[in-house]
Amino acid sequence: MNRNETKAWLYLLPATLLLAAFLVYPLIDVLIYSVEEGYNFTSQTYWGVGGYNYLYVLHDPYFLQALKNTLILVAITVPVSTCLALAISTALSSIRPLRQLFQTVYFLPYVTNTLAVGLVFMALFQKTEYTDGLVNLLINWFGGQSVDFIDGPYWAKMFVLCFYTVWTVMPFKILVLTSALASVNPDYYRAARVDGTSRTRIFFRITLPLIAPMIVYLVITGFIGAFKAYSDAVALFGTDLNAAGMNTIVGYVYDMLYGDSGGYPSYASAAAIILFVIVLTITCINLLVSRRQLEN
Amino acid sequence: MEIRLEGITKRFPGRSKKSQGETTAVRDLTVQVPDGTLVGLLGPSGCGKSTTLNMICGLEAPTEGRIFFGDEDVTDLPPELRGVGMVFQNYALYPHLTVLQNILFPLENLKGEQRPSKEEMRRRAVETAALVQIEELLDRKPRELSGGQQQRVAIARALVKTPRVLLLDEPLSNLDARLRLQTREEICRIQKKTGITTIFVTHDQEEAMSISDRIVVMKEGVLMQRGLPQQVYDDPANLFVAKFLGLPPINVFQGRIQGGWLCLEGTPVLPAPGVADQEVWAGVRPEGFLLREDGPLVCALDRVEVLGRDVSAVCAHPACQSGQVRVILDPDCRMESGRKMVNFALRPDKVFLFRREDGVRIPLPEAGP
Amino acid sequence: MKRNMDSHVLSREAGRRRRVRLAVTYCALGIWAVMVLFPFYWMVLTSFKSYSAYNAEHIPVLFTLAPTLENYWQVFTAVPLGRYLLNTLIFAVITTGIMVAVSTLAAYGFARLEFRGKNLVFALFLSMMMIPSELVVITNFVTITNLDLRNSFTGLILPSITSVFYIYLLKESFEQVPDELYRAARVDGTSDLKYLWKVMIPICRPTIVTVTILKLIECWNSYVWPRLITDDQAYFLVSNGIQEIRENGFGRENIPAMMAAVVVISVPLILLFLAFRNKIMEGVSRGGIKG
Repeated sequence: MNRNETKAWLYLLPATLLLAAFLVYPLIDVLIYSVEEGYNFTSQTYWGVGGYNYLYVLHDPYFLQALKNTLILVAITVPVSTCLALAISTALSSIRPLRQLFQTVYFLPYVTNTLAVGLVFMALFQKTEYTDGLVNLLINWFGGQSVDFIDGPYWAKMFVLCFYTVWTVMPFKILVLTSALASVNPDYYRAARVDGTSRTRIFFRITLPLIAPMIVYLVITGFIGAFKAYSDAVALFGTDLNAAGMNTIVGYVYDMLYGDSGGYPSYASAAAIILFVIVLTITCINLLVSRRQLEN
Repeated sequence: MEIRLEGITKRFPGRSKKSQGETTAVRDLTVQVPDGTLVGLLGPSGCGKSTTLNMICGLEAPTEGRIFFGDEDVTDLPPELRGVGMVFQNYALYPHLTVLQNILFPLENLKGEQRPSKEEMRRRAVETAALVQIEELLDRKPRELSGGQQQRVAIARALVKTPRVLLLDEPLSNLDARLRLQTREEICRIQKKTGITTIFVTHDQEEAMSISDRIVVMKEGVLMQRGLPQQVYDDPANLFVAKFLGLPPINVFQGRIQGGWLCLEGTPVLPAPGVADQEVWAGVRPEGFLLREDGPLVCALDRVEVLGRDVSAVCAHPACQSGQVRVILDPDCRMESGRKMVNFALRPDKVFLFRREDGVRIPLPEAGP
Repeated sequence: MKRNMDSHVLSREAGRRRRVRLAVTYCALGIWAVMVLFPFYWMVLTSFKSYSAYNAEHIPVLFTLAPTLENYWQVFTAVPLGRYLLNTLIFAVITTGIMVAVSTLAAYGFARLEFRGKNLVFALFLSMMMIPSELVVITNFVTITNLDLRNSFTGLILPSITSVFYIYLLKESFEQVPDELYRAARVDGTSDLKYLWKVMIPICRPTIVTVTILKLIECWNSYVWPRLITDDQAYFLVSNGIQEIRENGFGRENIPAMMAAVVVISVPLILLFLAFRNKIMEGVSRGGIKG
């Protein structure tokens, strides 16, 4: 190795060391943990190697509840937020005055602390002995019955969780789609106008295919993000998610690792790997489907 | 379809907040385009020619003035109701659609009774594709085509709904030199075959001169001159038009009219009877020089370029505005090498006089009646 | 002239439809703006209401006639919010500082220096972007616990420094700087480190600022790792702090005081955002990930 090469490696050294210690080594280690059966955290011993941890996790009712919650969350928030963001960005790019202002306002949720603003949503949706809360007030106006969205029925809690999740992921999606829409060559729209193309047809036949790669990107990142949901739920329902029945897979991993129910890194690892496999599978399916769609 | 622009003015609001006020892209433009002709809208960039095209197309509304197609006032009509076909500078072919789908696109927009059946649409698309000779490319995507082929697809897409007017925005600017020559003849051929009134915008005078039936020269939003290409070339209305048309460009001299003669550097070179004494610009076309031993215009010979078809001589003259005089001579004339000075006589029909202050042409009285 | 009449009617009709569409568009955008802004308004409003006044409102009121700062006084006295803020500030500044330094060095190595296997190493770096943090957090937790670094800033900061994405962003930016500058600097005998410091960093300052701000936001909002690694309140960051306040702070029902805490936590970020709006939005649209 000559002098220049040594120097180059010196520049990369800090980053490489940190990445190796906190990203690569843990990745390998988590695989090992997940197959070490009966691992004891304090004595750091185990009595066997096998798939028991996975079986345990897959039969744990808390995990199944978390899996169900996560799947519902994904199935609702990804399509809703993507479509809503598409509608808003399209509207946004069709106006000129106030556009900057709207863009700035829409981006605000991105820079807020999820935990902190979650408390505001909790206060808005919560039903206490003093008050039914603002949202219930609205429901009452429209002739509905008050519901406790924070400690009440499952669907109500799920609704708030989905609502808050959509609220927090919208800024990123609106931003990405707005810049995708802005990058479409305006000549396409002019050509379409000369040909008398209706607005709906312009949208579905020209705009949508042209920004399709960005939508695919958003759907995939949306899936990944929604599968990893956790802080939103904590913000709304507190740290004991299992008690609230609103745990997510990531929440289950952390609960297994630490806290009152913690101390089981093996189960946590197994659950994390199951999550990773699910996300990977869905991402691959997404990619395959979208590639076929884009080709046609 | 005859097109008439009557007193068209287009003002844009100031772009930035700093420069309050408006910019005028087109000012009081009145032009008539006869039915079935190919007209070149010519001018340097930023002269308002593209804006004019957009107004004819309906993509932009004029601030003042009216636009007529035949007897019909189309000023307030949206583009789709005007019956125009437009070819954009970068062609604007939809990248995700095949050539056939691109050509079908305008037809599929038609509604109600106007909408042809599926087979009819396909038949017309294929027919138009045949007209521009791209039948074998119908299943390709635009990115798989060369620039010239994309251009043809764009023309086919504009023609497929049989527009009353075809508009082309800088149709040749994205092509390389060889394709440009080929494509401009192609445009000319298609226009003659269909007989559709066609307007195209260009900044290249050669392009405009070579294929247009008429040309319209604009500068800074103002009409400079219009007419047959040759007529505009032979009889420019002002210094701008004279300089803009012609390759090699016209030679411009600082001159003076004195006692009925055009004087360059004090030497009388050409009689200009009846013209009042004044400072002038004298424009001499490169082909307006005749090699004469006793010619009054003496130039320092720089070099001679033999181009086969003709001989071009580059000379210097102190009165010349650009410092270099380019002369095209008959290939038969023998120019002995090693000569330092040459004498020229000027052909009166190739010399134009312009007022020094505003560049307006000074008519020579004998050219009149 | 019948067509003329038609064209006038048509254009008037088109103009009317355009105005209606524009009105609908603005309405829809306005509704979403209200959805976004209302929680912020509600939190500021509630933070100015007194505890008794808030609880007396059986039907929530959208304004207050008796604003009070009592809640703000409370969040700094009844709970150690000041401590949390200071911790977060220390954590964010140190983490971001080290991260920017480490990433800049690595990005420079990739962008400017030549060594064998550079492309392979860079590809390996990039592939690390795909490793989900949920997987590695388990081992990191064990590692930090074993090193006895729980409840310490070192333990908080160390695993938070690495960021492949920012290395990538900086490398892209460094590569925009023309090679000629580097060669000219070498001819003048400038060392690599000096070149990086005197030429590269000033030229690429916009990107470095963007990266810094994005990382600051990420640190300010980070929750999972601090929660795992700290159980001593003296080391809580704001996210854990707010959770702690919610569960054990003023008693669960003191919503106004909680809202005051939320306002105090949110304001620095919102100010940062308003100051660097364009930089943040540009950086995020180039592939931001919510921290």
